[in-house]
Amino acid sequence: MSDTNSSASATVLADDAPVNLEAEFEASNVKEVLDKLDRELIGLKPVKTRIREIAALLLVDRLRKQFALTSETPTLHMNFTGNPGTGKTTVALRMAEILHRLGYVREGHLVSVTRDDLVGQYIGHTAPKTKEVIKKAMGGVLFIDEAYYLYKPENERDYGAESIEILLQVMENNRDDLVVILAGYKDRMDKFFHSNPGMRSRIAHHIDFPDYSAEELLHIAKLMLAAQNYRFSPDAEKAFFEYITLRMKLEHFANARSVRNALDRARLRQANRLFAGASKSLSKTDLMTLEAEDILASRVFIEGKLDNEPEDD
Amino acid sequence: MMTNQGNRVTQGQFSFLPDLTDAQITAQIKYALGKGWALSVEYTDDPHPRNTYWEMFGNPMFDLKDPAGILMEVNNCRKTFPNHYIRVSAFSAVRGVESVTMSYIVNRPKKEPGFGLVRQETDGRTMRYTIHSYATDKPEGERY
Repeated sequence: MSDTNSSASATVLADDAPVNLEAEFEASNVKEVLDKLDRELIGLKPVKTRIREIAALLLVDRLRKQFALTSETPTLHMNFTGNPGTGKTTVALRMAEILHRLGYVREGHLVSVTRDDLVGQYIGHTAPKTKEVIKKAMGGVLFIDEAYYLYKPENERDYGAESIEILLQVMENNRDDLVVILAGYKDRMDKFFHSNPGMRSRIAHHIDFPDYSAEELLHIAKLMLAAQNYRFSPDAEKAFFEYITLRMKLEHFANARSVRNALDRARLRQANRLFAGASKSLSKTDLMTLEAEDILASRVFIEGKLDNEPEDD
Repeated sequence: MMTNQGNRVTQGQFSFLPDLTDAQITAQIKYALGKGWALSVEYTDDPHPRNTYWEMFGNPMFDLKDPAGILMEVNNCRKTFPNHYIRVSAFSAVRGVESVTMSYIVNRPKKEPGFGLVRQETDGRTMRYTIHSYATDKPEGERY
């Protein structure tokens, strides 16, 4: 890192030299990632705005570096809060790619961990475990899912605090080497930050993921199906929209994750339906299309209850 | 006649060159990571050339993508053992190789006293020769 800085300062531009933001933007290929983000992630307005802002900041920073105006690298540790299934992990993955394209992280891989990967079971176990994970994440993004589990105030002999301490140190000292993204549900994360003020102050970006509307969820469902070479018949689409509206009112609704599970079950029913009518020969369209009956068979419609699979979270 | 000026221990790669800078160490680590080798940091204060098994500083590091993690460990080791020999070795898990494929010293004691020649008289007038490091006259941990 230090040698790239010195080589950059060796070629400082003159004060009146023009630089082209547009050209820099093209060269970074970040547009491609941002477009992909727009295309593949439905809704999430505040999230996309913030990501654009961060991309712009890093781009401007790169130009400023050509005039030797900035030496400090901005802190990019982030905190994603939101209900289950709102796309926190997906966005974190994209974030790694964006930061890589903008040259903020060197490798651009994402290491996704939870409490189990960081906190040990006996004295002296936690520090090596946490350090190992951190070393793996260097050059990329460390994504800590359900980060609030790290801190368990009810158990004072819990080793989570030790892990947090090491994380804080690395977040401060190795800012060039890795970006830490915490994720979790809003209320619990707030509580977590309340008891770990050091953590809160070291995270510059707090991004809240809003819940999806029924229309957005239908859009997501269609994208998911298209990725697997399936599609709704016009009736099925209407039925699925109804399904979503009903399902949203039931408990344990996990946004896009619930949609994915519902689609998996619909595919199951479609296969069963095709199998029952096995006598007639099937066309490609038959194999691709989900009919209304595949969706209406759900228990959400019949009993107003969840389908048999319990949905976790 | 002094054959090895300054008594520098020459073992592993690059040991006839001036000490590697951190940037050079990083570049070598990057090369090893690119080959898919697992790196580890080891230290010792017994410089005998046949001392192959050095103490491990932490576990070998598997699945790393970036040299920064290993350099961090090297610097930790330097902080703990500023006056020991420290080396970085790369292990290749490729079937048929399964051994250390790269190894170079990244830290040396400030003063290396070097080796003396020890002569032993045996049967008849036969002489046996061996080398002996002056540093190992002192107990472990107090040598440098």
